[in-house]
Amino acid sequence: MKSSMTDAGATSVGPAAHAPDTEHSLPISVQSLVKSYGAFRALDNVSIDIRSGEFMTLLGPSGSGKTTLLMVLAGFVRPDSGSVTFGEREILLLPPHKRDIGMVFQNYALFPHMTVAENLAYPLKLRRAGKAEIRDRVERALDLVQLSGLGGRGIHELSGGQRQRVALARAVIFEPRILLMDEPLSALDKNLREQMQIEVRRLHEQLGITTVYVTHDQREALTMSDRIAVINDGRIQQVDEPRDLYEKPSTYFVANFIGETYSLPVEVSGSSVMLFGQPIKTPAPPEHGDRHQALILRPENLHVFEAEPDPGMNSMAGTVRQHVFQGDSIVTYLTVAGDREIAVRRQHRSDETLPAPGS
Amino acid sequence: MTAQDVMVVSGTEPRNERALRRQARGEQGRLVALSVPAFFLVGALVLVPMGWLFWLSVYGSDGFTVENYTRLLHPAYKETLITTFELAFLVTGLCVLLGFPVAYMASQLGPRWASLVMLCVLFPFWTSLLVRTYAWLVLLQRRGVINSWLMDMGLIDTPLKLVHNFTGTTIGMVHIMLPFLVLPLYASMRTIDMDLMKAAANLGASPVRAFWGIYVPQTLSGLGAGVILVFVLSLGFYVTPALLGGGRVMMWAMQIERSMAVYGDWGAASALGVVLLVMTLGILWVLRRLTGASAGSGGH
Repeated sequence: MKSSMTDAGATSVGPAAHAPDTEHSLPISVQSLVKSYGAFRALDNVSIDIRSGEFMTLLGPSGSGKTTLLMVLAGFVRPDSGSVTFGEREILLLPPHKRDIGMVFQNYALFPHMTVAENLAYPLKLRRAGKAEIRDRVERALDLVQLSGLGGRGIHELSGGQRQRVALARAVIFEPRILLMDEPLSALDKNLREQMQIEVRRLHEQLGITTVYVTHDQREALTMSDRIAVINDGRIQQVDEPRDLYEKPSTYFVANFIGETYSLPVEVSGSSVMLFGQPIKTPAPPEHGDRHQALILRPENLHVFEAEPDPGMNSMAGTVRQHVFQGDSIVTYLTVAGDREIAVRRQHRSDETLPAPGS
Repeated sequence: MTAQDVMVVSGTEPRNERALRRQARGEQGRLVALSVPAFFLVGALVLVPMGWLFWLSVYGSDGFTVENYTRLLHPAYKETLITTFELAFLVTGLCVLLGFPVAYMASQLGPRWASLVMLCVLFPFWTSLLVRTYAWLVLLQRRGVINSWLMDMGLIDTPLKLVHNFTGTTIGMVHIMLPFLVLPLYASMRTIDMDLMKAAANLGASPVRAFWGIYVPQTLSGLGAGVILVFVLSLGFYVTPALLGGGRVMMWAMQIERSMAVYGDWGAASALGVVLLVMTLGILWVLRRLTGASAGSGGH
């Protein structure tokens, strides 16, 4: 069991995941970025530092401002104020075609009137590369995304996963030092998506390119990222490594958004925390003085006991309502304190018996 | 797995096989039956008259003859043919120049403004062709609105010759043909994913390069359809050149009319019709090859 506090805390900065490598990647610094659409604040004074070579995921629900932030980095949305630097260079005033950053679009945005190889060659032609060099690099890029031999195909002849790979290859073929990805896997089915997650991650490790990845899928964010920035209502809620974000959410929003959670109201007086009138043990004393706070429970950290457990553990009495079989695990739904629902998840073993509903 | 888990299909014949096949055949039969009236209609309204046209052009009162065709080698016909093609090319070219920006603007606007623009484009269709042509006559004539305005402004001293010539015919025809170009072009522009332009910019293309390299190639199917429509309609146009050309612009269709009305010569008129048809088909084939090679492959 683990408690979490209700108020927004300062974002913490973990240890560097990668050594800086400015030849292949650049750090990104975003300072006090503001973008309003009428009364709606899409970006509300956003500041974030992304390290060179880092895989940073912008995670948030739809309308949170994560895509707006990405579009500002790419140059497709003009903010009201703020600053964005790539390395030492202020880029906010540069048009998109002078920013020299790779981008993978949600719908791939492959040119339908060109073959796979022509799509890949397009950025190289714009950079006036020689014919032999283009052929060479297209070949290598196809290798990189495991599409060797498909250069002559039309875009319409490719499957969704193959288009995804072409889009990836096109975004990195001109060796940009920053790569932006806008929910690139959302159009793929679950199996392919998981396969591509690993592939994108592998590509990132191979190229060492600073990557900003936008998604609303928290599982995808946890799987792929060096660090995750959780965004809501145009504000950055927390920036942390996946594990810290999961285990030490600093705001109520983050706790609820990441993973499956149930919250129960607790009362704080001094250094003790009371749950339904019973004192409970917390790993750290509450940070804030507010009287009414919330206890966040994760189903996988709870256990159901039929008998009174060891008094050294935090426990509460509840009634089993239902067991739901999910293959690898079983989720038990219980009501506690009369009307509050919580859930307990445990590994499924075929030989065990479960407490009957109603007990 | 236990014994009762396994489903056993018994019998030698797969179940319902015959009935299902009968159903499929019935469906096909009904489909054919539904298309029969259309076949007859096309036959009666297209193939029969065209066959008859051809027949008239080669079979005169003295039996089979090629006289109707050899007559067309006369220089007057050659001149008409050149005028007809010149005008059709010019009108088509001007329609592309004028129509492309209009279609582009409409495709970029929100749905409400776009439908307003398209309404304006379609508006001329609601008035008769004849009325619009006469309206141009009023605007363009020697003492017409445009000339008196230009003279009042002091821009010209003598009236411009805007009508009863090639210029007037071109102006009138461009106005009438423009919607035929804008409509298919607009339809194809609507389907273009504007993220492609973002992608092009992101990959380093300046707006101009992205426009020519990415945007224009994707409009080719719609542009091709519009161009063919305008060109073919222009080749056979009669009313506007007759009124605005003032007799000085001789179009192929006017030669057909003259053969009929003045000389009552069905054979000559039919031959003219057959030649126009054959040339139109030839040009369509060439245009198809041209646009098909660059845009049609793997299109929508």
